[in-house]
Amino acid sequence: MKWMWIAIIVAATTAGEVLQAMGMRRHGEIRDFRPGAIGRAMAVLARNRYVIGSVVAMAVSFFAYMGLLTIADLSFAVPATAVTYVLETVLAKYVLKEHVNGLRWAGASLVICGVALVSL
Amino acid sequence: MNTETARLRVKTWICAVVVVFSNVFGNFFMKRGMPPQLSTPVEYITVLFRPWVSLGVLLMILWMLSRMALLSWADLSYVLPVTSVGYVLVALAGRIWLHEQITARRWTGIVLIMAGVALVGGRTAPRTAGAGQ
Repeated sequence: MKWMWIAIIVAATTAGEVLQAMGMRRHGEIRDFRPGAIGRAMAVLARNRYVIGSVVAMAVSFFAYMGLLTIADLSFAVPATAVTYVLETVLAKYVLKEHVNGLRWAGASLVICGVALVSL
Repeated sequence: MNTETARLRVKTWICAVVVVFSNVFGNFFMKRGMPPQLSTPVEYITVLFRPWVSLGVLLMILWMLSRMALLSWADLSYVLPVTSVGYVLVALAGRIWLHEQITARRWTGIVLIMAGVALVGGRTAPRTAGAGQ
């Protein structure tokens, strides 16, 4: 049961975060943090189909995460869902076309190893 | 370092701190308020109105919004490792406030995460020039 929740969370989170990055990249850098400007930015983002897709995926992930939290320790639940790192770094390179250099790969690999140890 | 680079660096770190702490405390408060079992779909909704869970959800909303803002100028492959320091803080919150057991293997994992974060956060620029343009 625990691993079923984790599988749903990982798939939904990965899809949600990559869509979110695509949507925000398309929107461009947010420079103005005054409430009115943030409201206007949110109104624009609410019509961004990548952002809409990411919110749906994140909602699925959120309710699955609630299911997981009822049966698992916090210090297990949070690191276990970090399996998403592997998928996301690969997708950052191949879908988002980011230049993932050697240092970033090394750092991300260390983080992945650490996360694996924490979750075992 | 020119003014634009300095501005971006300060903004990135402030935003990253908000992302990390809203995530850690959002998770902690949700776990604290969560009952041992949720059996019907209705319970998944009603549990959201428990005080600790509501507070956790509000922090998770702040986490999502601050993370979206950060992603509007920083690479995902930069944001992921830097904000992963939250895993360490969540483990500590579980250990200190929820009295969860953390083994030597978990602590080793925590040290590896810190090393990875230092490597990525300290030396590379937040944004890939021209990525996604």
